[in-house]
Amino acid sequence: MSEAALNISALTVSPDNKSAAASCAHCGLPCLTTAVRAHDKDFCCTGCQTVFEILTENGLTQFYELSDKAGVQIKRPTRREQFLFLDEPAVREKLVDFSDGKTSRVTFTVPSIHCIACVWLLENLFQFKPGVGRSTVNFPKKEVAIQFEDAKISLSELVALLASLGYEPTLNFGSLEGAKPKPAFRKLILQLGLAGFSFGNIMLFSICLYNGLDSLGTLNFKPLFGYISLGLALPVVVYSALDYWRSAWTCLRQRILTIELPIAVGIVAIFAQSCYEVFSRTGEGYFDSLCGLIFFLLIGRWFQQKSYERLSFDRDYKAFFPLSVVRKNGNRDETVPISALNVGDHLLLRHGELIPADARIVSGEGVIDYSFVTGESEPVEKRAGELVYAGGQQTGGVLEVQMTKPVSQSYLTSLWSHETFAKERNDTLDNILNRFTKRFTITVSVVALGAAAFWWAHGQPNVALKAFTSVLIVACPCALALSAPFALGTAQRLLGRQKVFLKNQHTIETLAKVNTVVFDKTGTLTAPGAAKVEFHGAALNEAEERALFSMTRHSTHPLPVRIGEAIAKQHFPETVYSFLETPGKGMEARVANQEIWMGSASWLASRNVMVPTEHQSRSNSVHIAINGAYRGCFTLQTSLRQDADKLIAALSNDYDLALLSGDNERERARFGDLFGARANLNFNQSPLNKLGFIHNLQQSGKTVMMVGDGLNDAGALKQSDSGVAVVENIGAFSPASDVIIEANNVPRLSQIMAFSKDSVRIVWVSIMLSSAYNFIGLGIAASGKLAPVVCAVLMPLSSITVVGFACGATHWLGRKHKLGGKQS
Amino acid sequence: MSTIYMMIPATLLIAGGFLIAYIWSVRNGQFEDTTTPAMRILTDDKPISPEASDLETKN
Repeated sequence: MSEAALNISALTVSPDNKSAAASCAHCGLPCLTTAVRAHDKDFCCTGCQTVFEILTENGLTQFYELSDKAGVQIKRPTRREQFLFLDEPAVREKLVDFSDGKTSRVTFTVPSIHCIACVWLLENLFQFKPGVGRSTVNFPKKEVAIQFEDAKISLSELVALLASLGYEPTLNFGSLEGAKPKPAFRKLILQLGLAGFSFGNIMLFSICLYNGLDSLGTLNFKPLFGYISLGLALPVVVYSALDYWRSAWTCLRQRILTIELPIAVGIVAIFAQSCYEVFSRTGEGYFDSLCGLIFFLLIGRWFQQKSYERLSFDRDYKAFFPLSVVRKNGNRDETVPISALNVGDHLLLRHGELIPADARIVSGEGVIDYSFVTGESEPVEKRAGELVYAGGQQTGGVLEVQMTKPVSQSYLTSLWSHETFAKERNDTLDNILNRFTKRFTITVSVVALGAAAFWWAHGQPNVALKAFTSVLIVACPCALALSAPFALGTAQRLLGRQKVFLKNQHTIETLAKVNTVVFDKTGTLTAPGAAKVEFHGAALNEAEERALFSMTRHSTHPLPVRIGEAIAKQHFPETVYSFLETPGKGMEARVANQEIWMGSASWLASRNVMVPTEHQSRSNSVHIAINGAYRGCFTLQTSLRQDADKLIAALSNDYDLALLSGDNERERARFGDLFGARANLNFNQSPLNKLGFIHNLQQSGKTVMMVGDGLNDAGALKQSDSGVAVVENIGAFSPASDVIIEANNVPRLSQIMAFSKDSVRIVWVSIMLSSAYNFIGLGIAASGKLAPVVCAVLMPLSSITVVGFACGATHWLGRKHKLGGKQS
Repeated sequence: MSTIYMMIPATLLIAGGFLIAYIWSVRNGQFEDTTTPAMRILTDDKPISPEASDLETKN
């Protein structure tokens, strides 16, 4: 008996096939079976043709000159009725940013914005319908802000207009929560600009003084320049350094020591000493150094605030759930927001829609894909009367269900009421820098007091005071405060270029401390959808293969659909006669004079087909009989991601490994071989079990990294020290986590962790380097001879060398770990 | 050297002008999105929105 293996790669269109097909005049994709020809142009589908016509009617054909693949393929047609619920006051109020009764403004996230032509088209939206005002696109955020007149166009019409052009905005349950507060980015660059302005201008005066200008001629400029410098420095100290005052005050109140406290003390010392010198006419002060210090510190903060605008690291199930669902009201179907649902409502779910709450099936056949919710890799079939859980996706036909629980208290969503989600992990305090600051501050205090005591004892109280303040000035840990932000910030950027996105810089420190790695199975180690389809039995001839392919095109059941994809090759479908599908059992049809039965072993047996015993026990199989004789069976087996085995092998040397899967034990043996004897493999895990497992590991002193993808991993990701969410496409939904990583990067995880460890070493070296500068300065300061010019040179010099070293060394590390440059 | 007494207020005035321009540009939101304007300039004609300017001022 021969076995013909059909790999899933057969489903992708082969290159020669692609070049033969004309590309669509709208979206640029190859025109395949659904191609339409109109207006002397080829279109891949009627949806694209419609958009082309709308654009031509409105005289906006420039759209196609801007980019080759300008258009967005219309995946599913939309009707305005679908969006009518948006006009309900309660929903509308939450979505609209601003409304004065006449005009309103709304901001939508539109994931399909991808090129310059999209920007142009969306900003020309006013040409389509009266009442649409100015629209502004924010490309990196993939957002469009639209103003419109309430009297002329409703919100639902606006969304329908966007959808008809292929720019359907993301509307999910989370959209109703209102806008999130914007980060304090504006304030920071204002502070930064002001500090830079004062630094530059004061330096112009200071350079004159350092060169002895005040002694030239008869006029003495020193006092004047001092007052001007004071005037320029005052707003910097008050406004630009505001965050340092606040942090220092918090430190004092809570009796903790962070890097901000010595910085604030240093600023006070410099400012007080400088003011004293200016008013007493004994010197020109250190205002240039002061503004330079604050300027450099703020650059460090700005570098640290790097965030990925398209990504969100704190999503919950609400961002995954749709905003609306179709509810049956008597004989009418109405689209209602999920927030308006009550227990007992009858809902209609079409192919591809999500179940919003735990419910019981009333009619229709459910083929529910729970891979994102429970980790079960294969869709499960449910009949009328059975329970389905929130978050599952219907992959069969239309299903009517009755809600049995409110949306927020379903099996899955109740996970978010666990205490883990209530507490905010504060990882900003326990970092390398703050641990070093403790030692640093004690040393500096001892030196400052010691120097003052020494001069006091020698009967020179003036020198004692000067030495004391000088030590505080020189010890102001500016370079120190810059070391970690620049080393870790560079590492974060290098990883970002490789499509590994970190929530913030501290994530790298945590990654370096991890000693236990826990994996989810479905979607993380295995690739979703990419099941390996194998045929067991005598190899199919071409006519049979074509007949089976033609038949599978008529089914929506996931198993035949995947088989159809696997055997697609370059067959053209044939006419299928008397197709009949028996839900949950199988399907039959006549194709090219062959009577084909395709279904479960028991269904074939009930039709008097002898199923060989070796095939009966195969799981996930579809059996074929042609003209009443058994022909063989297809089996589907989830396949591991490419190089996942190498990753496990690389990690198992240095880390404890574990597997947490919501799936059944079927594949225990396979993963046992993969993980080795030491690893802890757990199957049939509920979302709460997963969270508890991570918690237990942490109780036993482990620092845990959780790698997962689905909503069922959300608790474990949140509880773990370092949660890594795996996504197929960047920008797609991912549960709250510390790291978002593109699926094809999963095999590089070991590399990323090694890189993190080395980056933390770079931070330590940078810290040592900046401390060396501080101690050279301390030596000068303790002798009471600190001249402003020494301060003005030492401070920028130390900052620049530390920043240069931190960035350079991290880049070198990136090259060493092959992270440099753009990914091909 | 007494010209310096004239020069200093003049330079500070000019510098202050630039500072005010900077503050205005930040408040105007010009630093929020630095990618899209670079793309917008490549398209031939700017969108001429009929009532755009009126709507804008009401914000």
